[in-house]
Amino acid sequence: MKESRIYPGNLGKQLLNTGSTMTKRILSSFGHSLLFLITGVSVVSVLFIFIFIFRDALPFFKLEGFKDFFTSTLWYPSSDTQSFGALSLFFGSAIVTTGAIIVSVPIGVIAAVCLSDVLSFSLRQIMKPVIEILAAIPSVAYGFFALVIFAPLLQDSGSNILAMSSWIVCTPLILLTAIIGSGLLSSKISPVNSLYIRIIAALIIGIPLFAGLWFLSSYISGIQISSGTNALNVSIILGIMALPTVVSVSDDSLTAVNMSLREGSYALGATRAETLIKVVIPAAKGGIVAAVILGIMRAIGETMVVWMASGNAAKIPYPWFNFLEPIRTLTATIAGDMGEADQVIGSSRYHVLFALALCLLLFTFICNLIGEKFIKRSKKITR
Amino acid sequence: MKKITILAVFTVLCCLSIFLVNPASAGNPGSKIVVDGSTTVGPIAKSFAEYYMRMNPGVNITVSESGSGNGAKSLINGTCDVADMSRFMKEKEFKAAVDKGIFPVAHVVAVDGIAIIVHPSNRVKNLTIDQVRDIYLGKIKNWREVGGPNNRIVIISRDTNSGTYETFEKLVMKKQRITQNAEYVGSNGAVRTRVQSTKAAIGYVGLGFIDKSVKAVKINNIYPDNNFVSSGKYPIARPLFMFTNGYPKLGTHLHAFVTLYLSEKGQEIIESIGFIPITKY
Repeated sequence: MKESRIYPGNLGKQLLNTGSTMTKRILSSFGHSLLFLITGVSVVSVLFIFIFIFRDALPFFKLEGFKDFFTSTLWYPSSDTQSFGALSLFFGSAIVTTGAIIVSVPIGVIAAVCLSDVLSFSLRQIMKPVIEILAAIPSVAYGFFALVIFAPLLQDSGSNILAMSSWIVCTPLILLTAIIGSGLLSSKISPVNSLYIRIIAALIIGIPLFAGLWFLSSYISGIQISSGTNALNVSIILGIMALPTVVSVSDDSLTAVNMSLREGSYALGATRAETLIKVVIPAAKGGIVAAVILGIMRAIGETMVVWMASGNAAKIPYPWFNFLEPIRTLTATIAGDMGEADQVIGSSRYHVLFALALCLLLFTFICNLIGEKFIKRSKKITR
Repeated sequence: MKKITILAVFTVLCCLSIFLVNPASAGNPGSKIVVDGSTTVGPIAKSFAEYYMRMNPGVNITVSESGSGNGAKSLINGTCDVADMSRFMKEKEFKAAVDKGIFPVAHVVAVDGIAIIVHPSNRVKNLTIDQVRDIYLGKIKNWREVGGPNNRIVIISRDTNSGTYETFEKLVMKKQRITQNAEYVGSNGAVRTRVQSTKAAIGYVGLGFIDKSVKAVKINNIYPDNNFVSSGKYPIARPLFMFTNGYPKLGTHLHAFVTLYLSEKGQEIIESIGFIPITKY
C-alpha cells in the first residue's frame, strides 16, 4: 500500500481534482476515460485471443478426444483415415527449445556478466547495441540463412565442424579442471607446496580427459549427416535468436545489483572473480532465471525458422536425443497446415490447429507468469 | 460504478466493430481483379497479369500465392475473383461455396506434370512409379536398392497444404501414408533448393521448376517432357485450374483475363514458364 501513494497516477489525481470547476472536472474525466479506453485495447485483445483460441480448440477435443492427441506420434491430418497424434510435435518443440537454451544460455549469461562487470564503460556502450541488433534481424532472414547456407554446410562438413567445436569448447574446460584439480590433489598428497607434484597431478588429471576428448571428436567426425535441415541446425539458429533476449535481461538484472554489494565484497578482500561468482551472480539469480525463461519463450514461439529449416518430419527421432534428425514443431505445423484446414466447414483438421495453439499459449502463459515472479523477486533482492 | 459503465460501453463497441468489418467488399469485376491460390498456378497468373496490365493500362490485377486450399477459401469468402487451384475443388468446398451463393466455374488453363527430381550427381535415371511409392512409404531406404550409390535416401515432400502434395498423394501414393521420415517444405522452389543441396535427396516438383541444378528421373521409362505430359503418357500429370464465381460476364476484364490461356499469346506465356498449354498453335 505504501507504494501506491508515490505512484504518479494517484499523484496526478490528487492534484487535479482539488478545487476544480464543474467543466474542468468533466473534461478531466473525459480525457481520463479516453486514455483508459486506449490502454484497454491491449488488455482486451489478450482476452479476446484467449477466448477465440479456446472456442475453436474445444470442438477438436469433443470430436477426437484427448488420448490420441497427447500419446500418439502419428500425425496424418490430410489422409483419408486422419490421425492427430501430436506427441511428436510436442517433442519436436521441446528438443529444439532445449537445444536453443543449451546454445544461448551459457553464451548469453557469460556475455552479460562480461558486459556488466568486466568490460570498460565505453566498450560496453558499443557492444550492447551490437548484440541487440541480433533481435532486429527478421526471422525469415535467419530461416533463409539456415536453409540455404547452414544446411548444406552441415551436410557436407557438419561432422568435422562438430568435432572441431567439441575441441574448442572442451579444451579450456579441461585445462581449467586440470589446474584447479591439481591444486586440490597436491595439497592432499603432501603438505609441502611443491611445483613438481602439482605438475604431475595436473598431468594425471589432464591426460585421460584429453584422451577421452580425442575419442569423442574422432567418433563425432565419423558421423554421416544425411540431411542438413535438422534439429541441430534449428537449435543453433534459435539459440542465436534467443541470445539478445538472454543477454539484455540478465545484463539488466546484473547491473541492477547495488554497487554497495560489490564494494562490500571487495572491502572484505574478495577478488573480482570471487565477487562475481559469490556475490553478484547469486544476487541477480532471479533475473537470470527470468532471462532463461524469456529465451525459452522466444525459441518455442518462433515459426519461420523452424518451418524453413527443421525438415518438418513429424516423428520422434531414434534415439530420442538425436539432434541430427529432422523434426517438426508445433508452430511450424500450425503455419504449414493452415491453408488446407477448411474453416468454413469447421472440420477437426481445422480445430486441431487451435488445439495446438492453445497448448502453446498455455505454455508461454505459464512461462510468462514464472518469469514475472522471478523478475519481481530479483528486484526485491537487488534493491 | 463508473468504471463498470466504461468497461461495458467499451465491450459493446468492440463487438460492434467486429461485426462491422466485412471482408466481402472485393468482387467488383471492373478494373480490379484479385487472384489468390496455388503456388503452382501462381506463376501463370502472374505472367498473365503482367501481360494483361501492359495491354490494358488502368486495370489492376493482384496475384497472391497461398495454396490451392486458401484460394478456394478466398473464393468462397468472396475475397478474390479468381482462385488458382492445382487440383479440382473438393466436394466440401463446393458445398460451402454454394451455401454462400458462390457458384465455382472451372477453367483449365494448362497441364502440369509432376517431376521426380534427384541430385544431379545421382546415378539413378529411371524409376517405376511403384519404386517411387515404396521410397515415400519408407520401404526402400537406400539408393543402393534402386541402382544408386550406397546412401540413405532423404525424402523431401511438399507440405500437406499444397495442391502438388495432394496430386502426388493421389497419383503416386494411391492414398497411402507417406513415411514419418519425410521432410516437408513450403514451396516448389524450396523442394528444388533442398534437392540441389542434398546429395541423397529425392523430391517432387511441378515441371516448371526443373532446371539444370536438379535432375528429373524417367518414370516407367518416360521422361517428363511436354509431348509425353500433354498426351497423357507420362503417368504423373494433372490439369491446372482457375476458378471464378459463375462464368464471368462476357466483355469484362475478368472474362478476358481468365480466357487469356486460349489465345496464342497465352500459350506462349504458359510454355515460357514451363507448363504445357491446352491449345496448339
